[in-house]
Amino acid sequence: MAIRITQVDPKLSKDLNFWERMYLPEILKGMAYTFKQMFQPTFTRQYPEEQWIPPASFRGRPVLVLEESTGVERCVACGLCARVCPPLAIFVQADETLLEKERRPAIFEINMLRCIFCGFCEEVCPEEAIVMSQEYGLSFTDRSQAKFQKEQLLIPSAQLKDRLDFLHEYKDAERNRLAEQVGKVTGPHVPMVDSQIIPVQP
Amino acid sequence: MAIQQRILENGLNLSPTLTSLILMAGVLFVVLTAAAYTIWVERRVSAWIQNRVGPNRVGPAGLLQPLADVIKLVLKEDIIPVNANKAIHSAAPVISVLVAVATFAVIPVARGFVIADVNIGVLYILALTSLGVYGVTLAGWSSNSKYSLLGGLRSSAQMISYELSMGLALVAVILLSGRGDAGTTVGSLTMTQIVESQTANPLGWNLVLQFFPGFWIFFTAAFAETNRLPFDLPEAEQELVGGYHTEYSSMKFALFFVAEYINMVVSSAVLATLYLGGYQLPIGRAADQLLEAWMTTHVGHWAYTGAQITAFALKTCIFIFIFVWVRWTLPRFKYDQLMNLGWKAMLPLALLNVFLTATMVLITGGNLWAMLPFVLINAVITGGIVMVASRHNSTLSPVQRARLERRDKAKQLQPNETV
Repeated sequence: MAIRITQVDPKLSKDLNFWERMYLPEILKGMAYTFKQMFQPTFTRQYPEEQWIPPASFRGRPVLVLEESTGVERCVACGLCARVCPPLAIFVQADETLLEKERRPAIFEINMLRCIFCGFCEEVCPEEAIVMSQEYGLSFTDRSQAKFQKEQLLIPSAQLKDRLDFLHEYKDAERNRLAEQVGKVTGPHVPMVDSQIIPVQP
Repeated sequence: MAIQQRILENGLNLSPTLTSLILMAGVLFVVLTAAAYTIWVERRVSAWIQNRVGPNRVGPAGLLQPLADVIKLVLKEDIIPVNANKAIHSAAPVISVLVAVATFAVIPVARGFVIADVNIGVLYILALTSLGVYGVTLAGWSSNSKYSLLGGLRSSAQMISYELSMGLALVAVILLSGRGDAGTTVGSLTMTQIVESQTANPLGWNLVLQFFPGFWIFFTAAFAETNRLPFDLPEAEQELVGGYHTEYSSMKFALFFVAEYINMVVSSAVLATLYLGGYQLPIGRAADQLLEAWMTTHVGHWAYTGAQITAFALKTCIFIFIFVWVRWTLPRFKYDQLMNLGWKAMLPLALLNVFLTATMVLITGGNLWAMLPFVLINAVITGGIVMVASRHNSTLSPVQRARLERRDKAKQLQPNETV
């Protein structure tokens, strides 16, 4: 392909001019610039005192949603999250309950040394019971501390409102869009309600 | 030996040796503390220039950071390479620090306040700064490492190139010291007389009388002598790992590190003494005499001395700040540029400056008001000569030049052509 040369910056193609060769004017120009920079605001965040609040799209540590209307977790211990988890960080043991949902996790454990924050557990969950929180400051002094039990994982749904709203807005929209595409092939389609499982046709 | 005498007069019956030792301990403390805080200033100012905050955790505003650094370095392992020359490897950092500190002995911080008012003050400074290169070169050689050796070699070549111009710039200052209230028309190498001859009138300071090119030559040479950017080729961390101190660790590294900053403080003090009137207050001669008389009768002479020490400290701080400011603005010179600047630009200019200053002193007889117009004339003459001399001087190598000319010619033949 032909490249058309229209104009070349004379400074790039020529030797330095007199004042540039004399160093001093250029040096003073540079020093004036750095002096000006001294009075510009800094970019530094004083971390432990001044925390960064991530946006709702941020994938922090995965947590279980504690439904405030019932007072128990939403999780029904279906085990999909444990099944989909790429590094096998989640362990679930199901148990029966007398509540309407009939099933509950007896043990729910996430090994944070294994977790890769991919968010697959959140995506696969039919109950919207496990979501990625906005917490990112994780540190342990022992391996056993890194295994988060149900008590550490349960977070009231009010505190997770940002993430839940985000999921309703984007995750469900994406599901509906996909479902519509599927519908174009398979025939008329009824729009999905929030957070339902998509009946994907083969 | 003015302070020594004053201490004796005040009834403290100490032997002169002991008095000198006490003074030295005091000055050593001040210089080392100043060096430590110069490190803090450097880190804070560099942070501001780069829109950062800098060390602010240890103590208020990070002021205890130098202390924390020293503790860290003391606790680190001291490694001597197997094939290094152990004796010289250990002696080199000591030489660096010793030489850097010793220079301060001849610098007057206030009228009568100088450790050694020797009559060869300027020579003493030049001699010691020349000795400083031994620390660096020996460190580079004794480490038995390629990078260290390269750093050491660069340092020696650089020092030799810049000491000449530095010494010649000083000749002009010595020529000018035989004027004003110094009581003599003969120039002197004594630091005290150089300061006294500059008087309390800012127009009489050598910064004005030597503005172009004398001051700039000395200033540039001072950067090269302290191995600071844009002339930090002996260290050049991007190309030589750590240069001459690649193989140093723990306190030996700390000694080199602190030597660099002591050098910076001392250079700033020398610059303030030689060019910025030293301890003179910038208020004019009449006002200065009135202030001294008033303070002596109403407060005590120590107040006037304190004011002079403050003035000196502030002038030194200005230069320290400029040292830091320049370091975080300019990139490093290439080796050929460094040599070109030293030998082909600064040395001839320094010679010219000696000639012009000598002519000025000869014609005016050292009268300040008669000299001021000559300052302008000298600057114009120097500028003109520089302009003529650099007409055909190129920063490019002949090969680069030929390539550019060929490209330019090709462009002239076919502008707007497709390639």
